[in-house]
Amino acid sequence: MSEKFDNLVEVSHLKEYFSINVGMFTTKPLKAVDDVSFSIKQGETLGLVGESGCGKTTVGRTLLHLYKPTSGEIRFRGKPVKTTAEINEFRKKATMVFQDPYSSLNPRMTVSDIIGEPLDIHKMFNNRSEREERILELMNRVGLNSEHASRYAHEFSGGQRQRIGIARALALQPEFIVCDEPVSALDVSIQAQVINMFDELQEQMGLTYLFIAHDILVVRHISDRIAVMYLGKMVELADAKEIYEHPLHPYTKSLMSAVPQPDPKVARANKRIVLSGDIPSPLNAPSGCPFRTRCPHAASACAESMPEFHEVESGHFAACHRISELN
Amino acid sequence: MALLEVNDLHTSFFTPAGEVRAVNGISFNLDRGKVLGIVGESGSGKSVTAYSIMQILASTGKIVSGSIKLNGQELVGSGEKIMKTVRGNKISIIFQDPMTSLNPTYTIGHQLVEAITLHTSRNKKQAWDRAVEMLELVGINEPEKRMRQYPFEHSGGMRQRVMIAMALACEPDILIADEPTTALDVTIQAQILELMKDLQEKLGMAIIMITHDLGVVAQLCDEVIVMYAGSICEQGTAEEIFYNPKHEYTKGLMRSIPTADTAGTKLQPISGTPIDLLNMPAGCPFAPRCDNAMRICLRQSCERMEINAEHQAACWMNVKYKIDQESVHPENAGDTEGGDAQ
Repeated sequence: MSEKFDNLVEVSHLKEYFSINVGMFTTKPLKAVDDVSFSIKQGETLGLVGESGCGKTTVGRTLLHLYKPTSGEIRFRGKPVKTTAEINEFRKKATMVFQDPYSSLNPRMTVSDIIGEPLDIHKMFNNRSEREERILELMNRVGLNSEHASRYAHEFSGGQRQRIGIARALALQPEFIVCDEPVSALDVSIQAQVINMFDELQEQMGLTYLFIAHDILVVRHISDRIAVMYLGKMVELADAKEIYEHPLHPYTKSLMSAVPQPDPKVARANKRIVLSGDIPSPLNAPSGCPFRTRCPHAASACAESMPEFHEVESGHFAACHRISELN
Repeated sequence: MALLEVNDLHTSFFTPAGEVRAVNGISFNLDRGKVLGIVGESGSGKSVTAYSIMQILASTGKIVSGSIKLNGQELVGSGEKIMKTVRGNKISIIFQDPMTSLNPTYTIGHQLVEAITLHTSRNKKQAWDRAVEMLELVGINEPEKRMRQYPFEHSGGMRQRVMIAMALACEPDILIADEPTTALDVTIQAQILELMKDLQEKLGMAIIMITHDLGVVAQLCDEVIVMYAGSICEQGTAEEIFYNPKHEYTKGLMRSIPTADTAGTKLQPISGTPIDLLNMPAGCPFAPRCDNAMRICLRQSCERMEINAEHQAACWMNVKYKIDQESVHPENAGDTEGGDAQ
């Protein structure tokens, strides 16, 4: 990708293999993320979509070194993140908001302990009252009342819990936040509140997001660019409007056409490309292109080699052997 | 006569903390061969409505009053014996989570055959053939082989197909689908919705589709009921509900969903948090979150009123518009209409 932009985060050839026991003494690599490269510009929101098991969550977690990458390089502000010291420094600037607001908050900690924990770990404050002040400021920022500080997570609704999780992520004044399905557990009316909050925080604090979600309409709404993953591989990456309206990869095409449109006339006129079959197990991924077993356009070349992830049009990347014939 | 008539149904759960009125006086009719969508957020009572119709409520739950008539036959208070002939035969249900609704210790075939022999006079051999036929119908390849496999050998989409096959094996008049695609991926969801639509056209049953996803409703449903805090706020054809919403909650819901057109703009969420069913307000349940709430909304809930032949809503705002149009001073609107002069 071009160097002239100020890329905050750069990921190149990231691989994350988990080893799975298949017999008593034999293991097999599960290629959760297989050779993924992308970069995120400062202040940008990159949406990452794909179906369950495609590796989108693993990308987010490996990016923050919650999993040790099998290989590949992560650079933040142009500097590699590899040694323990680099990782610790990086984690002050890069945090995460988790999917499940029920299990991601410790039930035995009060809200102020939860939000204050990152401050304690990174020893941000020596002075108790300054620490308290910071916690209240954070709570205020995400729309929680200061009197909630001494309560426990179970006393809050799903939307409020997600606000607590966001306050915790903001505690260290990060520049980059990995949002892993942050709104998918929330009801529509609450979801809209939280999406707007992500928007506002980005404007106020100049944040950069990697926004992982399976709901394409949500990702389309919030993202500047969108990347699509399938079975551990990135298959397409482009500007949000572009990829939504003119997808190039056959998988993205079917994914976009399958989005249930909340409009009866559009939904009924919509020509859905319904794929046959299910996603193969990542333990037995097909040879060549991972999508070929469900692809309506698969040819013999698709079984032989993995298509290269390349720039098809300016700023529009895709990995498909037959991309020029099909479009 | 409608196939299913639900009239003033009240279902409550009696918990140590008090009575939770999960369904609070709802009425609707379902005609043969129609697809009815029930939408609402968690806790709105949409699933409890379905469980009340099937009478499969948890032990703390009880139908307090109201009537549910299937083909004119009253089901409330009819007893387990009658209900056993209704469940599976006349009304079937598929649940949200295909991962937990099948028994992991029996093969798919065993479970299908059990369901079929229980509800029909078929013997085991005939039931087996019927099961294979049903699996074929829902688009499962190599049904004979699949019958001998266990649920863990099937993916989520496959299991939901098996559940649909089981639900339809006795040719019910009504299929209740309780969030059938919520646990599935988008492309698999498209497959299952397409399948349900095909089967509905082929077999002609009526479907009650319970979902929180307005996209699913738009795609599949002829008629839509919008629920909030156990009550129906609005009911009408899909077109009316989507293009001409007449309840403030429905309007808010429509504004808060992200679409392709909202990118780069702010969504307009409904403020506040969902209602606590243990502490229901006196008036309209949505009033505490409603931007246009008037005095009367806080005191008295609105009856369902006809907007047109295909559309009903329970919102005082419609009364206000009407009065405004008749150029009566709007400040008196609430008091005159509500007959509340305290």
